[in-house]
Amino acid sequence: MDWDLFWTSLGPIALGGLTGTIPLALSSFAVGLVIALFVALARISGIKILSALARFYISVIRGTPLLVQLFVIFYGLPSIGIVLDPWPSAIIAFSLNVGGYAAEVIRAAILSVPQGQWEAGYMVGMSRSVSLRRIILPQAARVSVPPLSNTFISLVKDTSLASLILVTELFREAQQVAAFSQQFMLLFLEAALVYWVICLVLSTVQSRVEKRLDRYVAH
Amino acid sequence: MSPTEVAPVLGVSGLSKSFGDHEVLRSIDLTVDRGKVLVLIGPSGSGKTTVLRSLNGLEQPDGGTVTVGGDFVLDFSGKVGAKQLAALRDRSAMVFQHYNLFPHKTVLENVTEGPLVVQRRPRAEVEAEALALLDRVGLADKRGAYPFELSGGQQQRVGIVRALALRPQLLLFDEPTSSLDPELVGDVLTVMKELADDGWTMVVVTHELTFARQVADEVLFLDGGVIVERGAPQQLFTAPREERTKQFLNRLLFPF
Repeated sequence: MDWDLFWTSLGPIALGGLTGTIPLALSSFAVGLVIALFVALARISGIKILSALARFYISVIRGTPLLVQLFVIFYGLPSIGIVLDPWPSAIIAFSLNVGGYAAEVIRAAILSVPQGQWEAGYMVGMSRSVSLRRIILPQAARVSVPPLSNTFISLVKDTSLASLILVTELFREAQQVAAFSQQFMLLFLEAALVYWVICLVLSTVQSRVEKRLDRYVAH
Repeated sequence: MSPTEVAPVLGVSGLSKSFGDHEVLRSIDLTVDRGKVLVLIGPSGSGKTTVLRSLNGLEQPDGGTVTVGGDFVLDFSGKVGAKQLAALRDRSAMVFQHYNLFPHKTVLENVTEGPLVVQRRPRAEVEAEALALLDRVGLADKRGAYPFELSGGQQQRVGIVRALALRPQLLLFDEPTSSLDPELVGDVLTVMKELADDGWTMVVVTHELTFARQVADEVLFLDGGVIVERGAPQQLFTAPREERTKQFLNRLLFPF
């Protein structure tokens, strides 16, 4: 085990995590959640065409590999005249992907709020949209913290695929050091270790958030 | 109408609803005068809850009209718009069987949500009124608590205060004590009796015959979507005219 190489490469790898993996995951997740909310609302809107479109979108996203989605956007779109840089390509692909998966989570969370909560909202005079915003979504948000945390943790690891479209992130840094040094085992295990640490931190944050929010969910 | 005559707060005429071939309501007619308490009784599936929920627009009958406060008429035979439902809900307020408090809001927020967000009344006034109402039902010290921290009886009293805070003309109660442990029922019924004494106009669906006997001005017995019998509580409970009413009361009084 080449400990010197381990320590000298930890810097660039961690930096790749801080400046690549984490911002990529955070921004894609944020955009993805907004997409997911609208897709979930379209699904339950009761408007046939909207719900069919939403179902089609979810089906495509969940039925095709993320790597293929990424390649279509980065390597495919230029052939129809749309050329995107690696970063925007990655954010678009990951956001659309999160949008598809999280839409089903959010839809289930909205449906898990008892019908009586809608009725209480209507009873105090709220419209459907105000009830949704003030009564239903806050409760649905609490229900969806655990599954959405899983989506986010998966996303953090999936961002390693962005190395294949030349985004400088954690895994690409590791690959570059490995190519120079030919120490593939060491560098890839080291990358795995850094991902693992990031995910451990995220899991801790998740369980704290869950504990704090659990108090207010209707039992 | 002569000036001395008091317009009924609630008038229901020809209310009907069916699911496919099954008729849930067959042309229900009723009126409730200002300050009166109407109690609806009947077996499950009799339509009593459907009638009550229609009065808050939570159920949409196929036909019939609901008149509240003399000036507002909602005709269910046409298309009922969001504005009309809002107007109905501005006049009537419901207390639910399962309380349906907002679990993510404090007791005070539960009560002030409608007046602040929907009615857009000034916060200071709304909160002062809410606290006074909470104080009346003995829950002022729970203003900052969340619903999960309260007993069922306390939650239901918050439910009642939430309805009162909307300043409705008509209070609706849907089996308000049916989810409560027996020892907590009394607290809620006491509050309801006080409201009746204060002159609130109320429609109550309940199985609490003692409450109905003491508080109701009129009792309707529904079965199979029709009003089988109506009368003053003394008459209906002690000398029911209809055989179905007798059978139902007997089953309530002597369950086995």
